[in-house]
Amino acid sequence: MASIDISNVSKTYPGASAPSVSDINLSIRDGEFIVLVGPSGCGKSTLLRMVAGLEDITGGEVRIGDRLVNGVDPADRDIAMVFQNYALYPHMTVRENMAYGLKNRRTPPTEIATRVAEAARMLELGPYLDRKPRALSGGQRQRVAMGRAVVRQPAAFLFDEPLSNLDAKLRVSMRGEIRRLQKRLGTTSLYVTHDQLEAMTLADRLVVLNAGRIEQVGAPLDIYHTPASTFVASFIGSPAMNLLDAEIRGTRLHIGGADLPLGVNTAAQGQVTAGVRAEDLYLAADGLPFRVDFIEELGAQRLVHGHVEGQPLTLAVAPDVALSDAVHLAIRAGALHLFDTASGKRLPASGTGARPARATEEMAGATARPLL
Amino acid sequence: MSMGPAFRIDDPAKAPMTDVTQPTGAARPRRKPRRPAEPAKRVQFDRPLLPWLFLLPQLAVIFVFFYWPSAQAITSSFYLEDPFGFGASFVGLDNYRDALGSAEYRRIAGFTTLFTALVTALSLGLGLLFAVKADKVIRGRSTYRTALISVYAVAPPVAGLMGMMLFDQHIGPFVTLAAQFGWNMQVGINYWDTAFAMILVSVWKQVPYNFIFFLSGLQGIPASVREAAVIDCKNGFTRFRTAILPLLAPTAFFLLIINITYALFDTFAVIDVMVKDKPANNPITLVYKVYNDGFRGNDIGGSAAQSVILMVVVLGLTLVQFRWLERRVHYG
Repeated sequence: MASIDISNVSKTYPGASAPSVSDINLSIRDGEFIVLVGPSGCGKSTLLRMVAGLEDITGGEVRIGDRLVNGVDPADRDIAMVFQNYALYPHMTVRENMAYGLKNRRTPPTEIATRVAEAARMLELGPYLDRKPRALSGGQRQRVAMGRAVVRQPAAFLFDEPLSNLDAKLRVSMRGEIRRLQKRLGTTSLYVTHDQLEAMTLADRLVVLNAGRIEQVGAPLDIYHTPASTFVASFIGSPAMNLLDAEIRGTRLHIGGADLPLGVNTAAQGQVTAGVRAEDLYLAADGLPFRVDFIEELGAQRLVHGHVEGQPLTLAVAPDVALSDAVHLAIRAGALHLFDTASGKRLPASGTGARPARATEEMAGATARPLL
Repeated sequence: MSMGPAFRIDDPAKAPMTDVTQPTGAARPRRKPRRPAEPAKRVQFDRPLLPWLFLLPQLAVIFVFFYWPSAQAITSSFYLEDPFGFGASFVGLDNYRDALGSAEYRRIAGFTTLFTALVTALSLGLGLLFAVKADKVIRGRSTYRTALISVYAVAPPVAGLMGMMLFDQHIGPFVTLAAQFGWNMQVGINYWDTAFAMILVSVWKQVPYNFIFFLSGLQGIPASVREAAVIDCKNGFTRFRTAILPLLAPTAFFLLIINITYALFDTFAVIDVMVKDKPANNPITLVYKVYNDGFRGNDIGGSAAQSVILMVVVLGLTLVQFRWLERRVHYG
């Protein structure tokens, strides 16, 4: 078990004009579960593979524990990796798959047997130890891949989208299993995913990457409630946060022809991007004129897609709410996010009350909603 | 004339199975519903002759070029034939007895074994080595691969001729090179020098073939499996031996059979170019002896007996390989 320090790390592939990963600084504490999340091509896998040693680091330093590992072989980095497509050795049995890394490290056979038995018990792989991977289901294969990582007792686990090949239901249960295992072993983990829900539910801290750079680092709920930029706001949370072109005049917010109270304290004036989550909007007698396009029924709630003054907007309402084609919406007090129109960065709030009071309620919503 | 399709394809999964579809209340038959033993789809023809019609072209080719000559060879091997075609007399197993009893035949059989073993081992080994190295090349990979594969386009007699030039007494660069080390190389005169050249040219000719197969085999191994192995095993050679090579086993098994057949039969042209019209006692393989005895010596019966022996040997070898070796092969 160890901390991982990533300082000023960048990666430029030979022949590429721009770096794929640039100037990443990240300090991971011992035992922490860090999730790297971002759209495909944002450099999250490259960063993970640099920590693993599967990609050369073109700039900066990676330290595992207190050891600089830039030039260290992947096998000597004391890490274990779980791959998206399991990467099991097809010609070896489950037992041999798990024992392979230990055998190459000259671990005594009795020790290997103990560790494999322990991992098999933990992951409920006992009955399959003498089977070949092709005789296993996807979920079982991924458990074997995790077993292979666990028996190594490494300083860190590296997960490269381990659940992407599984079906939705299995993904949820494996997610829980990974979290339980990591809690129990207390091993520092770095986990890559493009699925924001997976990121929210697993992470101690979330790292949102965009175009090779870190957009925001923080606890999942902090990121959900105070996204640092429009990119984070639109990436984390489902449905994505509504972003509207707006203008602040004094303490009033103008969106198209609509004129609303601001509801948050800010020094900003003029053109801004106003962000509001679908669940922070409610039907009102007066406010934003909203034209309904279509409705998605999710059971516990319904998502109403439509337009406000020509800008797309999504609204979440309880399933029993009656809707007509044209309604008016209001924004919950304190739930408005303001971003700079040009840079997309969050505009600082002045005073208190920027954070919504419905934190716990929203947390439940954030974790459960996309499963519906 | 029937207008409907000449055959139909039945999906056993959809076929009604009376045993299963009976209502639960009715007396159920004792025996369990029989599972269809056929693969997923079965083609049923309306007329029994139709499938044979479809098979006819393939069967004709096999018959004309394999079964008929084989049958002819087996028949001839029991006869002593007049060289000028004026008749043949039945001699039983005499031809076989003569062939197997002759010291010369046994000596050539010994050389053929050595030749086949060396050519197979070297061309497989070098093909694998080049494939592993080429697989790692990133810059200019297509040029490198084309250079290695292009040799395969050289026809065997041409390869033999090129070999003869390279080993020529007067202008051959290999002879000059060998002379540097004090080796007076005399291909076509010295038995082992000729054997050396023959093996070298035969291997050179076969390496690209093995290279192509091994390379595609290597590229069929998922990158993540290799990366997992990199994390699990530090030593490159051990990693290759324990994690990569077993995944190449199906390719290697196929190539082993192909290479043995190549060394036994397809090296004929190379050998012919190298030993034809040469003065001395040069090494030849059994196939070349079949040709020599049959077409040069006009001993049709003896030659036929030898080719039957060869056929049996290859059949035996292939059976043994499939029976014993294939069990250890893991097909992904």
